[in-house]
Amino acid sequence: MYDIPHHTQETAVTDVKIKAKDVQVYYGDTHAIKDVSVEIENNTVTAFIGPSGCGKSTFLRCLNRMNDTIDICRVQGDILIDGEDIYDKRVDPVQLRAKVGMVFQKPNPFPKSIYDNIAYGPRIHGMARNKAELDEIVERALRRGAIWDEVKDRLQAPGTGLSGGQQQRLCIARAVATEPEVLLMDEPCSALDPIATAQVEELIDELRQNYAVVIVTHSMQQAARVSQKTAFFHLGNLVEYDDTSKIFTNPEDSRTESYITGRIG
Amino acid sequence: MTDASMDSVPVKGTLTTVDARTKKRNAAEKRFKAYGIVAILIGLFFLVVLAVSILRSGIPAFTQAEMQLEFVLTQEEFDAAESQVLKTKAYENIFITKLQDALTEKGLTVAFDAAAIERLLGKPGSTIREFYRANPDQIGQPVTFSLPASSRVDGYFKGRVSRDTVVDSRFFEASDLDLVDALADAGIIVRNFNWNFITGSDSGVDHPGGAGIGVSVIGSFFMMLVVLALSLPIGVAASIYLEEFAPQNWFTDLIEVNISNLAAVPSIVFGILGLAVFIQFMHLPQSAPLVGGLVLTLMTLPTIIISTRASLKAVPPSIREAALGVGASKMQTVFHHVLPLAAPGILTGTIIGLAQALGETAPLLLIGMVGFIARAYPEGVVSGFIDPNSAMPAQIYTWAARADAGFYEKAWGGIIILLIFLLTMNIIAIILRRRFERRW
Repeated sequence: MYDIPHHTQETAVTDVKIKAKDVQVYYGDTHAIKDVSVEIENNTVTAFIGPSGCGKSTFLRCLNRMNDTIDICRVQGDILIDGEDIYDKRVDPVQLRAKVGMVFQKPNPFPKSIYDNIAYGPRIHGMARNKAELDEIVERALRRGAIWDEVKDRLQAPGTGLSGGQQQRLCIARAVATEPEVLLMDEPCSALDPIATAQVEELIDELRQNYAVVIVTHSMQQAARVSQKTAFFHLGNLVEYDDTSKIFTNPEDSRTESYITGRIG
Repeated sequence: MTDASMDSVPVKGTLTTVDARTKKRNAAEKRFKAYGIVAILIGLFFLVVLAVSILRSGIPAFTQAEMQLEFVLTQEEFDAAESQVLKTKAYENIFITKLQDALTEKGLTVAFDAAAIERLLGKPGSTIREFYRANPDQIGQPVTFSLPASSRVDGYFKGRVSRDTVVDSRFFEASDLDLVDALADAGIIVRNFNWNFITGSDSGVDHPGGAGIGVSVIGSFFMMLVVLALSLPIGVAASIYLEEFAPQNWFTDLIEVNISNLAAVPSIVFGILGLAVFIQFMHLPQSAPLVGGLVLTLMTLPTIIISTRASLKAVPPSIREAALGVGASKMQTVFHHVLPLAAPGILTGTIIGLAQALGETAPLLLIGMVGFIARAYPEGVVSGFIDPNSAMPAQIYTWAARADAGFYEKAWGGIIILLIFLLTMNIIAIILRRRFERRW
């Protein structure tokens, strides 16, 4: 292949998948996210970077209403997916989460077989009418998670018996098994070694063909490698949001520059 | 840190010599270890003392001196006895005659009268009569009767009664011991394993030889069924709601505090509550395992709720997030993922709660499960729940309160049986936990 960085392969036509406007998040009295407005495009990897505690994970978790499970958390402002307000009273968060999949920081396979890990989502959403269809869904998801070749002979083995990198790819496969449209990833590689990280990053780039991928990362190199768009958060503010190439070569804000050059954070 | 301050660090002693401070710390560490070992040794010592004293006092309860006599009752003898006014007395006379015959056959001449036999055996006539009336086909056949000897005879064999300590009374005379010796030599009085103690029912206050714990084991069993059927579903449902669904506010905090306090309420308080609510207000039958079970349920609920909540808390939140992340609803998350992982802990807590309830006596005192004679096995399941019965600890308490020294031994024996049940339950809890424990 040519040594072209991913971010130069941007698709010419981009449509907005997620549109957030003036989002405020409070944990009790703490104002965790301040006035964040951002437009996330389809078939794009968007990276959220920033120092610890800047709110990037919090904002990510707003996108599939994972914060609902925290009692003291309040979200204000509008978040639209395909033009629909996901915080509308009529929206069932369970349905939303089927549409917006999530991969977590620590690989968290269910303590069940590899097969059941993948099949769980499709089962509860009634996506397969029979065993053959379910088998097909499982195989497709495992292939998309780039782990099929490694586990195809031991689908009944426990998912927790896999290595860390395999577990994380299993979790990604589990997330894509329910056919989401958006994939949120909260530091998916922080618990992985460099080789596993490289595999997962390659996978993320492939997933871009079908999904809007949002990834929170602490590694600026990773953001530069996998994303086309980058958002820099600092102290709950969205400081800068632009093409990844621009953020890393010619940032507009001095704080962004300080962070990516390692002076703050 | 500047170079100047680095230079000013004083030169310390070498690593090979231990300085005073380190010596002190090492000594403190050694002392602490010693305290720990001493504490464990004290604990072990008391455990051994307890086990030895229970076994020493309780094991004699599992044997019983019995008079064994084989004889044939002819049809004529049966008819003659049945035609008398004092029928059991007639059978007693038959028994004495047969005993005399057996002794003569063995070439022994021992003089005794009916009163002496009554002192040794109680009244054997009724047992014999009941047997032949129930089994008329045995008339004319050789039958072996095993009649439990009286408490003092039994005590004589177990070293509780001796010629020096026995006081002559209408219950027993020192000369009776000569008769006992002679009968023992003839192989008529023997000391046997006492199955009746394990399977039998309670006996009258003057007849410890026939007392058994079997009926009260059944009473305990029915009580445990009630406790299990009520406290497990209620306790687990309450904990799941409190832990997974309930919002955190002052009201749930209040409930939480109250559940913890409930676990510390003395059990006799639950007993009086049961008396007031279940018996006086709801008019449920007194002394019934159903009521006992209800009272013990109240007592067990906090234990089960606390242990269930602890095991739900121990399920890593990442599992919940994973399930929610693929679009499972709250309830699906709990029932498909959290509950199976918490199950071993819930089971353990439940069994420990049940074991606690099994050994509980105080609340049973107040609802009338003590102080009467639990004589009959329940006739069926319904009768098992609502007919008056005792429970193991209540039975032990009843025996311990009786005057006859024979019952004292029965109480210790009952404790052994109770402990066997408790140990079994704890072993089951350990096995279940090992078996179902999943790692992640």
